[in-house]
Amino acid sequence: MNFYAIRAIYRTEMARMMRTVVQSIVAPVLSTSLYFVIFGAAIGSRITEIDGVSYGAFIVPGLIMLSIMTESISNSSFAIYFPKFTGTIFELLSAPVSFVEVLLGYVGAAATKSVIIGGIILTTASFFVDIEVAHPGIMLLFLVLISVSFSLFGFILGVWADGWEKLTIIPILVIMPLTFLGGTFYSISMLPPAWQTVSLFNPVVYLISGFRWSFYENADVAVGLSLAMVMTFLALCLATVWWIFRTGYKLRN
Amino acid sequence: MQPIISVNNLTKTYAGGFEALKSVSLDIHRGEIFGLLGPNGAGKTTMINIICGIVTKTSGTVTVAGHDSVSDYRKTRSMIGLVPQELPAESFETPYNACRFSRGLFGKPEDPGQVEKVLKSLSLWDKKDEKIIMLSGGMKRRVLISKALAHEPEILFLDEPTAGVDVELRQDMWNVVRELRASGVTVILTTHYIEEAEQLADRIGVINHGEVILVDEKQKLMRELGKKELILHLTEAIGRIPERLGGYELELNEDGTELTYHYDTKGEHTGITALLGELSEAGIRFNDLNTKQSSLEEIFVGLVHQSR
Repeated sequence: MNFYAIRAIYRTEMARMMRTVVQSIVAPVLSTSLYFVIFGAAIGSRITEIDGVSYGAFIVPGLIMLSIMTESISNSSFAIYFPKFTGTIFELLSAPVSFVEVLLGYVGAAATKSVIIGGIILTTASFFVDIEVAHPGIMLLFLVLISVSFSLFGFILGVWADGWEKLTIIPILVIMPLTFLGGTFYSISMLPPAWQTVSLFNPVVYLISGFRWSFYENADVAVGLSLAMVMTFLALCLATVWWIFRTGYKLRN
Repeated sequence: MQPIISVNNLTKTYAGGFEALKSVSLDIHRGEIFGLLGPNGAGKTTMINIICGIVTKTSGTVTVAGHDSVSDYRKTRSMIGLVPQELPAESFETPYNACRFSRGLFGKPEDPGQVEKVLKSLSLWDKKDEKIIMLSGGMKRRVLISKALAHEPEILFLDEPTAGVDVELRQDMWNVVRELRASGVTVILTTHYIEEAEQLADRIGVINHGEVILVDEKQKLMRELGKKELILHLTEAIGRIPERLGGYELELNEDGTELTYHYDTKGEHTGITALLGELSEAGIRFNDLNTKQSSLEEIFVGLVHQSR
């Protein structure tokens, strides 16, 4: 194991985040705060409680999820796409590193950023509404697992994309709709029965539901199922990355 | 002595069917400067990229100091530094951080002293904290060399190090390469400039259409270069070379009007004075003469042309 390489990649990526602190931290926190002010405070005050939780507090876990999913994807996809685009990736490919070190460096850094962002949003939200975290351990577990999974997904996207458009098309056309329709702003139980069934095909529903359960102990699906879903997604992404490095897909040909 | 790099029957066929390398075999000796010459698209960069692990090979083997470049890639790659042809650099990084990153990536512990030494040797120390994007093209190239040297490699690949570089900087680069060799680093240099290979290389390999068509000591090639031709245009055609001139390396053209003498400029006597005297005595007169020297460039162009 080349620990010096992991540290080099991780540190460089974290330094990149600090260089672009407005884009990587201020922007997501600001946009989430805006969602919160509009939906939570302005409109939310007219919405009744959901399962005994005020609407403002109810949307906090969903907003955190929305933010860390998008940020994880954009951070790690950019981290690998940009060197591919400029050509600096030659150094990574010629270095004595395996996919394990590359992932620990890049995905570790992207996931770290996401967890930091999640923490900032949670802290910011606590100034506006009363938030209780019923199961902090599980909350942290979901936060870390989802950050890691979506960072892995972003990494795959960055390797696959051969143009800037492809890089943004998946987050906008797939991830954003799934997240918005995945129960960020509402409980699935508020939908007509037919749409409840359709929603269960949306994997993001499981992620948000599980994360929300760790706060308020109410969920659309069993928390065990949520966790299983996260683990499945993580395993799928890991397998794909392993395959990418094994075959050199779009990297070494 | 075991070669430091041994390439055996290496082939590479790209997905589109293009055969970039056709069974290439080549040994690089420890501590030498090897000049790899070849026109664009000959397969130079593909070969380097395979040795360094950037591109996957189709078949064949590459060993570095006896280690297989695929099964033992950690060992082989940590011994190699690569300066690519283009100038890709982390635009917003500083030379210092870029070097430190490269050193870590190649598995070496932090060593500010080593990074400082490398940056100083490439006259980059006073620019160490500037953003790379602000540096000139020549400086960027130095940054890439310093990155490649940050992990103290035993082998350095320089893919066209002086393409588009001004004369002064080229001299500087050459000095850097000579210093590296003096410190025991094996250098493999690809270039378009024959002059560069003449100046630097111990051995020269020519590659064209994915095949190595010549590998030879530069000195030997230079001896070839030392040969000159003296061409005498005769006033009257002669049927054959007179016997008394049998001791000279002479050639007569078909219609008997041109006599060509091959001689070595580096020899003690060129024999020109004696030959001209003998000609005069033999009554052979000439109305013009010229001399011709074949350059490495000519040998190179000739070889490349032949292999088409």
